Amino acid sequence: MGLGEFLFLLTGLKWTVALSAIGFVCGAIGGLAIALMRTSGMRPLERLAAGYIALFQGTPLLMQLFVVYYGLALVGLRLSAWVAVSIGFTLHASAYLGEIWRGSIEAVPRGQSEAASALNLKYVSRMKDVVLPQAIRISLPATIGFLVQLIKGTSLASIVGFTELARAGNIVSNQIFQPLLVFGIVGILYFLMCWPLSLYGSHLERRFAVASR
Amino acid sequence: MKRTDPQKVGCRGNAMNYALDFTPVLDGLPDLLAGCLGTLLLALGGMAIAIVIGIGGVVLRDSRHKAIRWTVRGFVELIRNTPFLVQIYFIYFALPLAGLRLDPTPTAILALGINGGAYAIEIIRGGVQSISRGQVEAGLALGLHKGLVFRLIVLKPALRAVFPSLTSQFILLTLTTSVASAISAYELTSVAQRIESESFRSFEVFGVITLLYLGLSWLMMTFFSTISTRYFSYPVK
Repeated sequence: MGLGEFLFLLTGLKWTVALSAIGFVCGAIGGLAIALMRTSGMRPLERLAAGYIALFQGTPLLMQLFVVYYGLALVGLRLSAWVAVSIGFTLHASAYLGEIWRGSIEAVPRGQSEAASALNLKYVSRMKDVVLPQAIRISLPATIGFLVQLIKGTSLASIVGFTELARAGNIVSNQIFQPLLVFGIVGILYFLMCWPLSLYGSHLERRFAVASR
Repeated sequence: MKRTDPQKVGCRGNAMNYALDFTPVLDGLPDLLAGCLGTLLLALGGMAIAIVIGIGGVVLRDSRHKAIRWTVRGFVELIRNTPFLVQIYFIYFALPLAGLRLDPTPTAILALGINGGAYAIEIIRGGVQSISRGQVEAGLALGLHKGLVFRLIVLKPALRAVFPSLTSQFILLTLTTSVASAISAYELTSVAQRIESESFRSFEVFGVITLLYLGLSWLMMTFFSTISTRYFSYPVK
């Protein structure tokens, strides 16, 4: 494998990073909305959020990408593969992050939000200043775990036809007929992205476990 | 295959002149159901291998030999931090070189088992660590031999403790089977892709498939909660 092929893989890597970042950031916004709906105490909203989560956790990511990709074209939106795939990952991440953060919001002791209410803090301030800062801390290991899962998940965009790292690997492997070498390198590149995050996640988990002992 | 004129069927909104047409999906329904069975086969086969790797890995992880311990750790980290798609491609191309010529479907089952196994090691290890040392010592003091102590005193309570996480990992594995379509293993997604490429009814096909997957993961959940109440509920049988 020459330098040219390796540089092509790195271009793919750039898109993988970009796609993961967009999916995570937009998914975090959506996920926060889902988590707040799920814990709002209003029945219809909670049902809606629970249904959304169940739908996205009960179907394969690949299908979600396909349905979003073709569904958007169906409503007459002519979007590039890039935008369609980003929307797909955003919806996927919203559901998973929503579920993770619902759990951590519920893990914050009830007394905290009761005390905040007793101090006459309204919903926004109660959430923003009291509950969420503690919930975020609790959710950090699981959130990082999901980020790793999301980075790995972006490889499925290659099946829809988006040229990121996995597809770049496919293209190069078809050119030079050395699939083991190419997919080995692609695997190592993914590993180098995900492993530090995983280590950081388990480090945080251990630290919190010690702190709460 | 019947092809209905899209202009005549369904409602035509003014914004989009596309009418949903489910006839290709309905015509392909027997194939799709067979595809569901293929998916279940991949999932259950993968789980069986994953459980074996998981339990074996947990035992080897406490091996006296440093090399074995580090191999297990390296395996877990490597698998957990690379995408399944890359793993399945790698295994697909590596097996023939290792002298094993397998069809795509057994290859996919093997890949799913290896992937699920790494997660299973990590999950079961957590359960085994929660068993207190005194339990094992009590078992040995009662004269049970080592294998029996491991099976009855360590493994079963450990599996009971981690059964919920194992379940959600296995549901995830069921959903991951769709990736096996990349090496054209026989399962639901590849059947769907064939119908889609014949009829160009992409949204209808993938929409229906998504619902079928929802049904499959519901089926898996029921299956696991049955196992849970049957084998892992108190009082201990």
